[in-house]
Amino acid sequence: MITDSGTAATLDGVVKRYGSTTALDGVGLRIERGRVTALLGANGAGKSTSVAVLLGLTRPDAGSVSLLGSSPQLLATRRRIGVMLQSAALPDTLRVRELLRLTASYYPNPKPIAEVVRSGGIGELLGRLYGKLSGGQQRRVQFALAVCGRPELLFLDEPTTGLDIEAREMVWSVIRALVAQGCAVLLTTHYLEEAEALAHRVAVLVRGRIVADGTLDEVRAQGVRRRISCITRVPPEHTRSWPGVSAARRQQERLEIEATVAEPVVRRLLDLDPDLSGLEVRRAGLAEAFIQLTREVA
Amino acid sequence: MTVTTQPIETASAIPSATRVSLTRILVLEAHAECMRLMRTPAFSLPVIGFPPLFYVLFGLVLAPAHASSTVGQVMLATFIAFGVMAPGLFGLGVTLAIDRDRGLLTLKRALPMPPGAYLLAKLVMAMLFAATISLVLMLLAITLGHVVLGLFEYGALLALSMLGVLPFCGLGLLVGTFVKGQAAPAVINLVYLPMSFLSGVLLPLSILPHIVAQLAPLWPAYHLVQLALAAVGRGHSATGPHLLVLAGMTGLFFGIARSRLQTHG
Repeated sequence: MITDSGTAATLDGVVKRYGSTTALDGVGLRIERGRVTALLGANGAGKSTSVAVLLGLTRPDAGSVSLLGSSPQLLATRRRIGVMLQSAALPDTLRVRELLRLTASYYPNPKPIAEVVRSGGIGELLGRLYGKLSGGQQRRVQFALAVCGRPELLFLDEPTTGLDIEAREMVWSVIRALVAQGCAVLLTTHYLEEAEALAHRVAVLVRGRIVADGTLDEVRAQGVRRRISCITRVPPEHTRSWPGVSAARRQQERLEIEATVAEPVVRRLLDLDPDLSGLEVRRAGLAEAFIQLTREVA
Repeated sequence: MTVTTQPIETASAIPSATRVSLTRILVLEAHAECMRLMRTPAFSLPVIGFPPLFYVLFGLVLAPAHASSTVGQVMLATFIAFGVMAPGLFGLGVTLAIDRDRGLLTLKRALPMPPGAYLLAKLVMAMLFAATISLVLMLLAITLGHVVLGLFEYGALLALSMLGVLPFCGLGLLVGTFVKGQAAPAVINLVYLPMSFLSGVLLPLSILPHIVAQLAPLWPAYHLVQLALAAVGRGHSATGPHLLVLAGMTGLFFGIARSRLQTHG
């Protein structure tokens, strides 16, 4: 059981260049214990490079990296982390049991097999060859391997890609249980829904720079706050100049408005069109914030 | 770091050890490497099957009817040298190229796998495959070829096959740092086949053009054949220089491969 709180890993002003391409341009990131930190970004934004620097797979050209208060290059440090990389394919001709036994041997105090099997829901897969498993089953095995060493810090790259809903919920519940015990999790994902479901903190990378970093609500707030939709005869052009309205368009019979605050806009719409109907107001999600943040920087 | 030695885990349970055993990791890693390749027929069948097949065909069936026992001993020595090359070249070269391509090497580097365990496991795998091939050939030589050698000579051949695989491991590793996984078997064949014919392994140098014989010492296989012949008492030259050359080549191949892996991953 991990009880101490604080920072599990940091990147501080990290710069990484590959030839003339700057993959990371002064990235600062803090991963806290007992929290899920989601690192979001489009392909090529620098997510993989950030993870590679944190894992000690590549050294930064400038800036510093700390993994559990130490260098990621040290074996003793890496014995305290778990890793699941989407891009890593395990040998097809090894059985799941062999993979588990081998990976667990790297750690000083691995979990008992029953617990690992339960974590990944892989009981029926133990005797099977990895290459004969479906994509979703392989992800479950990779997840089980990542958590088998009782990690204090868990790196998860697209952990639920290809999983059915039931398996995804199981993985999420294991992640939540680990976090409740104090484990820090760095989640890199394209699924904003997954980040929204799990993350306490969100950092958004665009072209090697962190453009947003905060709690889920704080990052959501950086995007469009409210989306208003209704059936009305008020034309979109009319509303675009209203205070707080950032966009308005006609979607078939409906008027769709994006605004920072909904109430004044709704009030004016009702004043102009008492016959307005089908009114919907909803808070914009992380997806909208992400799209807006990446669009602004691009 | 504390190192303890524990018995090999054979049950399905993961041990709840409180310390990391380097021995255990190496044993499991080597076991995984062996099982992985044994279960890959495209590797295990030609690597283990071809040398005995060729030996039976060319060394026994097509051999002169009244060949002397010397011919049988030379045949056994050269086919053991031939059999030893493949596990090193293909076992390390192809698997390294595939592991690099598929991201497994990156994952291994991120995991707390002790440095060197990955490579050591592959070397152990290659040595075990080489020993297996060597033993099968010896068994065929004794039972079908009626080759007569002393226990010491058989022991020397076995030891030579296990150590003699190392320069080919280095060469395979080096090739594996240059090529993509899918291209690796073809590229390694471009090294393996010419080396087999141009170094005196499959064809006597005496029937090859003079220039080929002169260049033969550039191939590690040439020196392995000379040592194998010496092990059965049919050597033409002192063993010391051949050992030194093979040790030097091994160091060179591993050194360059290591440098490339550190630079290019």
